[in-house]
Amino acid sequence: MSTAPVQPILLPADWRDFWSLTKPRVMSLVIFTGLCGLLAAPVPINPVIGFAAILCIAIGAGGAAALNMWWEADLDAKMKRTANRALPAGRMDRAVARDFGIVLCAGSVLVMGLAVGLLAAAILAFSIFYYAVIYTIWLKPRTPQNIVIGGGAGAFPPMIGWIAATGDITLMPVLLFAIIFFWTPPHFWALALFVETDYAAAGIPMMPVVAGHRSTRRQILIYAVLLLPIALAPFLLGLTHWLYGLSALLLGAAFLILTLRVATFRTPANDADMRAEKRLFAFSIIYLFALFGALVADRFILG
Amino acid sequence: MTELDPKLERQRIIKGRNRALALVLFGLAALFFAITIVKKMP
Repeated sequence: MSTAPVQPILLPADWRDFWSLTKPRVMSLVIFTGLCGLLAAPVPINPVIGFAAILCIAIGAGGAAALNMWWEADLDAKMKRTANRALPAGRMDRAVARDFGIVLCAGSVLVMGLAVGLLAAAILAFSIFYYAVIYTIWLKPRTPQNIVIGGGAGAFPPMIGWIAATGDITLMPVLLFAIIFFWTPPHFWALALFVETDYAAAGIPMMPVVAGHRSTRRQILIYAVLLLPIALAPFLLGLTHWLYGLSALLLGAAFLILTLRVATFRTPANDADMRAEKRLFAFSIIYLFALFGALVADRFILG
Repeated sequence: MTELDPKLERQRIIKGRNRALALVLFGLAALFFAITIVKKMP
C-alpha cells in the first residue's frame, strides 16, 4: 500500500462519501442475515437490545468496510467498477477513512459488549479483525482462495445475531455460518467470471484470473453441491420445521440447476454473453434472502 | 455547465456533515437512554 492519494483533494468529504465507505449494499445483507439469526433464535430478546445488537453488527460491518477501502484504495483506482469511490477519486483523505473505520469498529464492539453481551461483542470483534486484517490485508492479495476465506467474514452476522439473543454458541448458529460460507464462492465467482478483466487489471488473484474459467466453473459447482445438504441440515437435524426444509430444498434445487448451466453445456455464444453467470449471481442474492426469510417464517409460524 | 464556487461548495458540504453528525449523536443519545431504561427494568 502506498500513502500517496490517487487524486488531489480539493474539498472536504461529503457525508455521502462517509456513508459510501460503509458499503451500504453489503451492509443491507449483513443486517438482514443478522436480524434473521436474532429472530430465529428460540429465546425472545427485548426489542431495544435486539435493535442495539443489529445496529452494532451493521456499524461493525461498516467500519470493517471502511478499513477495507482505506487499504485497497490503490487497487480500487485500477478497476472501473470501483474507481469512482471516495478514496480513489480523491474526494477523501486516506487517514480520515482509516480513522472513521477504527471509530466505527471500536464503537460497535464497545456498545455490543455493554448493551448486549460479552460473547456477542467478542465474536463481532473477531469478525472485524477477520475481514479487515486476515482477509483484506493478508490473504486477498495472496491466494485465489480469497473469496472462500472472505466468505467466513460474511458468515458471522447471523451467528452474532443468534448469540446476541441466546448468549451461547450452539449447533444452529454454526450451521447458519456454514450456509453463508458455502454460498459465498458460487456467488462471488459468478460475478468474477463476468467482471474478470477488472480484477486482472488490479492484479487481484481472483479464481478466474489465476485458475481459468473451466476450473472456476467446476469449483462453483462443487460449492453449490455442498451447499444443498448444509442448507438442509437444520431441518434434517430437527432444528426447524417443514417450511424451512421445503424452502431449502426448492431453493437449493434451483441454485443447483443454475450452477449446472454455468459449469456445463458451454458454447462460444454463452461464453461471450455470460448470461448464465449473471443469472446465477442475481439468483444467489435471492436465494440467501429467501432461505433466511424462510428460517424466520418457520420459527414464527410453526413455533 | 456553470462552475461551482469552491467556497460555497465547501460551506454546503460542511453544513451537510454537521447535520448528519447531529442526527447520529441524537440517535445514539436516544438509544443509550432506551438501553439504560431496559437494563434497569426488573
